[in-house]
Amino acid sequence: MDDAARQTAEQVARASYGRLLAFLAARTRDVAGAEDALAEAFASALKTWPEHGVPANPDAWLLTVARRRQTDAVRRRQTRTAGEGHIQLMTEELAEAAANPDAIPDRRLALMFACAHPEIEAGMRAPLILQTILGLTAIDIATAFLIPPATMGQRLVRAKARIKEAGVPFEIPGREALAERLDAVLGAIYAAYAKGWTEIGDATAERLADEAIWLGRLVVSLLPEEPEAKGMLALMLYAEARREARRDGSGAYVPLEAQDIALWDEPQIVSAEALLRDANANGPTGRYQIEAAIQSAHVARRISGRANWDAVVALYDVLLRLTQSPVVVLNRAAAVMEVEGPEAALASLDTIATDRRMADYQPYWAARGHLAARAGRKAEAHEALTLAMGLATDEAVRQYLAAQRNKLQDG
Amino acid sequence: MRYMMVIHNDDEALANANQQQLWADYAAFNQALAKAGAGFTSGERLQSGKDGTIVRSRAGKTDVLDGPYTDTKEQFAGYFFIDVATLEEAVEWANRCPSSRFGTIEIRQVVDAGKN
Amino acid sequence: MKFMLMLYADEKAGAAIPQAEMAKAMQQMSAYQHTLEKAGAFISTAALGITEDARTITRYDGELKVHDGPYAETREQLGGYFMIEAPDMAKAIELAALCPAATWGPIEIRPFHPGYGPD
Repeated sequence: MDDAARQTAEQVARASYGRLLAFLAARTRDVAGAEDALAEAFASALKTWPEHGVPANPDAWLLTVARRRQTDAVRRRQTRTAGEGHIQLMTEELAEAAANPDAIPDRRLALMFACAHPEIEAGMRAPLILQTILGLTAIDIATAFLIPPATMGQRLVRAKARIKEAGVPFEIPGREALAERLDAVLGAIYAAYAKGWTEIGDATAERLADEAIWLGRLVVSLLPEEPEAKGMLALMLYAEARREARRDGSGAYVPLEAQDIALWDEPQIVSAEALLRDANANGPTGRYQIEAAIQSAHVARRISGRANWDAVVALYDVLLRLTQSPVVVLNRAAAVMEVEGPEAALASLDTIATDRRMADYQPYWAARGHLAARAGRKAEAHEALTLAMGLATDEAVRQYLAAQRNKLQDG
Repeated sequence: MRYMMVIHNDDEALANANQQQLWADYAAFNQALAKAGAGFTSGERLQSGKDGTIVRSRAGKTDVLDGPYTDTKEQFAGYFFIDVATLEEAVEWANRCPSSRFGTIEIRQVVDAGKN
Repeated sequence: MKFMLMLYADEKAGAAIPQAEMAKAMQQMSAYQHTLEKAGAFISTAALGITEDARTITRYDGELKVHDGPYAETREQLGGYFMIEAPDMAKAIELAALCPAATWGPIEIRPFHPGYGPD
């Protein structure tokens, strides 16, 4: 095997996979068929390129081979004239793409909208985007989403069949539907990022975070006018900038307030700030922009020495009106503590104390324990910290909570 | 759906763990299970498989052998029950269980007696 | 003392049993439960779903892995249990030997550990 040819094939796979797949699947809406055709094209590239050299335009070469496989498949399935019409169109498109390879239309955005279509089960949207746009395997995705590989594989197959059966369109929605549909796309990408953010020290998870940021950049580049896309990318970059600071030298968990600013990644913060400014040029319009603004107020500490807590509380108020989410109430409480003290923060948490979803929500108990400790309510703090430990899946977080609990006895 | 979470422990890995921390973690986990509500039962621990006995009756004749039944590196060591809507939530609880660091947790759905 | 009777059986063989015969076996099982109750030995019981639907997870070195299926591929699979109260292992063996499940697979009897804490 010629290493250069293999490397080129791998580079093309990384950079062009989603682009080629989106183009191949757009007409037939047969994502699985397009994947098979593309996989065969890559396989024959690995065979042909080392012998005959890498073609001048690898994308066009792969597309030509994949399209031929696809038309053969359509021909085998459909003998009637309807199939012939399809083939005619596909052949014409292929001729056009081959004649002008730099102009292979970029339909990745349309493919992402198809993957995050209301017809597709919400939990499968992120996995589907990761597979179709980035070419991740079911095994890689399954690991990140805590689902057995075989089950994930089946669900991906079903979701793709759903796209085909339901006739999910490969298109960018019109103005009136765009905001809502874009929210689903952004939600799927952010879900992938969140998976990659919470699992610390796990190489698969870190890769997933990188992939999500890559997708975020892609959406921003394809929809440069959409402030929420920029807001979400900024939000991911703020978080990513602090990745290294979440653990100290011994691997122990470090909460945001205690993080060493020197460990924050300044260039990432700078790009996040620029994106946010750009997004908010006409005032913030959505939850990702507000959440990014909250992050911006947090990282103000690196310049002023103190996070802008008043701004954080005010922004959480806006976010709460927008989302009505108990998680927002929870995050807001930490900021309320800085502004009004622990008793006021605990009182604000009482509004969600009876919410069933909080009973096994680890961050809720961690926050309650932390606030009760600050308020000097030792018994309450001990119980909440114990529950938070019991619900933690991360070893470093568990140890941090145990240390907090020990401090109750000492102080 | 009700699930039995079957814990298979590697005795050696367990013995090498920081005991104080392990049991503190376990107490916290059991408290979280109790807090999560009805249908959740805190874990029970079984004696080592070597202390077990196997009984089997064939054609009216009962054989009694020393345990354990399965000859695996890890042994059935305990269990807890949860009642959740989806298998994913069950996986999440298995992930929280301190034993997942020292062994394997098998998630088995409990058959609803009313349906059988 | 508390004991767990772990009932193992060959699932495939079980699935092949005709319905009428299966119903008879289930009747025997509920009669057995009744016997345990009468003896003041019964604590609880449950039947488990087939191992094909099981999931198995590990997180050695902190990395969570989820697999389809049971933990161990054995000829017989854990299909249910009885928790019983008995004065000693000898009595537990006696009670287990009465269980109809002993005729279609092995029963592993394990005493409960007195509690949590270092051994």
